[in-house]
Amino acid sequence: MRPIFLQNARILDPSCDMDEKGHILVVDGKIAGTGGGIAAPEDAVSIDLHGLWAAPGLIDMHVHLREPGEEYKETIETGTAAAAAGGFSAVACMPNTNPVNDSSAVTRFIIERARATGSAKVYPVAAVTKGLKGEELAEFQDLMLAGAIAFSDDGNPVSDPGMMRLALQYATGFGALLISHAEERGLSRGRFLNEGRVSTMLGLSGIPSAAEDIAVFRDVRLAEFVGARLHVAHVSTKGTVDIIREAKAKGVKVTAETAPHYFSLTEDAVIGYNTNAKMNPPLRREEDRLAIIEGLMDCTIDAIATDHAPHSRLEKEIEFELAANGIIGLETAVPLALELFRQSFLSPLDVIRCLSSNPAGILRVKGGSLKAGGDADICVIDPEAEFSVTRENLRSRSCNTPFLGKVLKGRAVLTLLDGLPVHNLLGVVF
Amino acid sequence: MNRISSRHILSISDLMHQDIELILDTADSLKEILARPIKKVPPLRGRTVVNLFFEPSTRTRLSFELAAKRLSADTVSVAAAASSVVKGETLIDTARNVEAMRPDVIVLRHSCSGAPHLMANYVKTAAVINAGDGMNEHPTQALLDLFTVKEHFGRLSGLKVAIIGDIAHSRVAHSDILAFTKMGADVFVSGAATMFPVMIETMGARVVPRPEEAIEGADVVMALRIQKERQGGRSLIPSVREYAAVFGLTSERMRLAKPGAVVMHPGPINRGVEMAPELADGPYSVILDQVTNGVAVRMAILSLILPEDHLTSL
Repeated sequence: MRPIFLQNARILDPSCDMDEKGHILVVDGKIAGTGGGIAAPEDAVSIDLHGLWAAPGLIDMHVHLREPGEEYKETIETGTAAAAAGGFSAVACMPNTNPVNDSSAVTRFIIERARATGSAKVYPVAAVTKGLKGEELAEFQDLMLAGAIAFSDDGNPVSDPGMMRLALQYATGFGALLISHAEERGLSRGRFLNEGRVSTMLGLSGIPSAAEDIAVFRDVRLAEFVGARLHVAHVSTKGTVDIIREAKAKGVKVTAETAPHYFSLTEDAVIGYNTNAKMNPPLRREEDRLAIIEGLMDCTIDAIATDHAPHSRLEKEIEFELAANGIIGLETAVPLALELFRQSFLSPLDVIRCLSSNPAGILRVKGGSLKAGGDADICVIDPEAEFSVTRENLRSRSCNTPFLGKVLKGRAVLTLLDGLPVHNLLGVVF
Repeated sequence: MNRISSRHILSISDLMHQDIELILDTADSLKEILARPIKKVPPLRGRTVVNLFFEPSTRTRLSFELAAKRLSADTVSVAAAASSVVKGETLIDTARNVEAMRPDVIVLRHSCSGAPHLMANYVKTAAVINAGDGMNEHPTQALLDLFTVKEHFGRLSGLKVAIIGDIAHSRVAHSDILAFTKMGADVFVSGAATMFPVMIETMGARVVPRPEEAIEGADVVMALRIQKERQGGRSLIPSVREYAAVFGLTSERMRLAKPGAVVMHPGPINRGVEMAPELADGPYSVILDQVTNGVAVRMAILSLILPEDHLTSL
């Protein structure tokens, strides 16, 4: 493998707060050097980036790859291809597959499939409870030894507070991370979108923000009480941002993520019974959207994760009430996150931080850095490139996104995984 | 070109003020047919109306069938139990299959809000009429309510309309609020506080907790049925007894209304719950007029939604 020399990049390395012009040298799948003073070896493939952004390979800490069990929606192969196309070199995949990833056998299967077919690093998140039923703990130690990097019943909350307390407490024995899908089902069951102006307008039962706030508050208090680490998934409400901000100020070991749709869209996107804007938690009000942006600005929310949730037409081209929750996000995350920079909410470095070093730190996985010696997982972003979101342009097996048919600005043009190009729009031959 | 601005009738909000005027005027001229000994005219001869009812209905289904037959259209009605739905066919496939048989109009009732909108996105030639979708809308009911009120008072603008009941779960209430406010009436809604959807004011209704306040000075007082089947497993009220005592429409409460006010109900009535037994049959009641007018209004809608050049004369 010839060395790769990325020159004249705007280097964005949040792990050392670097935002400067320079070059990156990749040798043998590792980063050999980053900065202004390095030179290319003679045999290197040299690429002049003309000021494009070079960042650590992005890390999406919340995706659904659907394999095993729902391969007609997505596979580890197509899901990681979508990841690569979106600039992600690593994803953490949720356990609500069929069978559920609640055993080391399933965890190992996922890792094996990723090794054989993947275009990104795949970190399995295993179930908190067997079968995601909320009744019995899964085998944390066995799952971690097999490669699980966190635990979540994502898609379902752990409804019984006593069980959640047990899970958090048990996790402290292994330093394991619990990811909370915070939802009070007593307030959300049989409901389909945010409760508000739009739910009334469409004649659909809505999910109040309180369904999330209450559950987040519960889990944060439990984590504080037992001294566990807690990560709150897909923050969608102002109330959640406030609760997490307060908890962080008190020193609770809590982190949080939001998804691009929660800072890009509001409940208005559902008007017309648009099932491609149906997800759980649902799109909220403008004041929630703005509170989430504030949360990202003051680091209350640590990470941007897509909650990439592929569904086929079978689950989406039906009555709104019957349609599945979830939208794909891997290939639209970069342009949507860049909007935060274009609107001067976040610096480019902070956008990259939320998409790489912060998720790496929360999950305690490698990556999120361009320091010499690390794996050459690198993402090159052209902030001006336009991306037309069409079925043909998406590498995901599904196209359930409210951005379908839209043209978005900014995209990953090169993704290197261990020094190998897994996505390449630069026209360079390696 | 059909003569109303919307190809389908999915929601009152799709209709412009002049569309509603046209429907009401047309219904007014067609109503006379219902009083003839031979109640049939030819304008929809050779046209086909399919009634797809995925939810039980007596009144609305019969009303649509009669409306179509009075205009000489061929009608076929399908009830959910006999349909492909139980075999797992999707609504879109059902729509495509029905349309492949070339009906001109599909009248759809469905338990899911937005189902007619979904169907309308997939049919190419047929017009879709919403005959009630979930707890969203029931636009033809609102149009017949407008017709009945206009017939009685000679106008809609400036009237005070009180709607008492479970507003959140009533598609009739949603369509009525949109329709009456669009035509210049003032709509007041009342009921138990658990019966109001959030931000209902954005639809144009004024919310008052006490029914007396809604009824006071009202020209039109409408009571709604308690819809147990749509309350999501938890009753919105402690008991029918308490509801009837606080919110039930009684002769005593009706005395607060303007002299000459009318009582309406979209049916079916639970006598003694939302309405005192004697009121439905009393001098205030226009409930059976609503039913008669329903046929005339649906005749008007069917004749207006089809392309004019294909119609034979009335």
